[in-house]
Amino acid sequence: MFEVVAFYLFAALTIAMFTITVMTSQALYALTAMAAGMIFISAFFFMLGADFLGVVQIIVYTGAVMALYAFGMMFFDTTRTMVEKRENPRTIFILGVLAATLVVFIFISPIISTHLETQYPLEAASGNSQAIGMILFTKFLVPFEVAAVMLLVAMIAGIVLAGKKMDKSLTLMAEEEIALMGANEAKPDSQEGAH
Amino acid sequence: MEITLAHYLVLSSVLFAIGLIGVMRRKNLLMLFFATEILLNATNIGFAAIAHFHNDLTGQMFAFFIIAIAASEVAVGLGLLIVMYKRTGKIDLDIMTSMRG
Repeated sequence: MFEVVAFYLFAALTIAMFTITVMTSQALYALTAMAAGMIFISAFFFMLGADFLGVVQIIVYTGAVMALYAFGMMFFDTTRTMVEKRENPRTIFILGVLAATLVVFIFISPIISTHLETQYPLEAASGNSQAIGMILFTKFLVPFEVAAVMLLVAMIAGIVLAGKKMDKSLTLMAEEEIALMGANEAKPDSQEGAH
Repeated sequence: MEITLAHYLVLSSVLFAIGLIGVMRRKNLLMLFFATEILLNATNIGFAAIAHFHNDLTGQMFAFFIIAIAASEVAVGLGLLIVMYKRTGKIDLDIMTSMRG
């Protein structure tokens, strides 16, 4: 009974929050509504017995991703109302409804046709975090390491893209100045190589 | 009345559709990123629900890796957005016409 109430409550809240995120013209409303939606989604993970996933959802999404987006919003100065050009909103809604029905069929069809087989069954004795750890470091060790390398690459890419030349404003410079700056930077390197 | 797998899958589909609508209607690139996050979260709910109702941890592992991918996507994407904002002063999809497409 409580599960039913919780499911419908959090479903309504999540859908409302994500609708606000998608529909609002204020970037700040979109950001806060999405943060709330992420928290509400973790409630589904807790209801489904995926405790570890719920905690990771809260920490990673509302902790890290939302902080990054907040930084981006401050950087881009999108706090004012955005003006987005719309040609034909009716087409977008028709496309959305079509896509929704398509996705429902995609989800339902394999469940009806074939029954999925259990590969790594849940063990009732151990908790969810323990079971996740057992499987993550045995069956999924290679994907786990690949994901770690991918996060490292993403971190370096983020630093290189965002952190370089923070003291200079590339918007106020002409294309020639940017090219000149790149040429000046390349020169000391070649001299160093000559030594 | 009981919550079944179909309930969760329908919820997941609805959230996915909301994200798709966002991807289709947004022109601001930061808002477009928000919509992609919604898409990833919708699939996460589906994976976790199937993991629970089929007594299988594989779905949870997939959701776990999707969260890792989402985190790295935000890092790289925001870096690219900052470079684009420094060069053009806007983060609008309509100005990305340098390839004359």
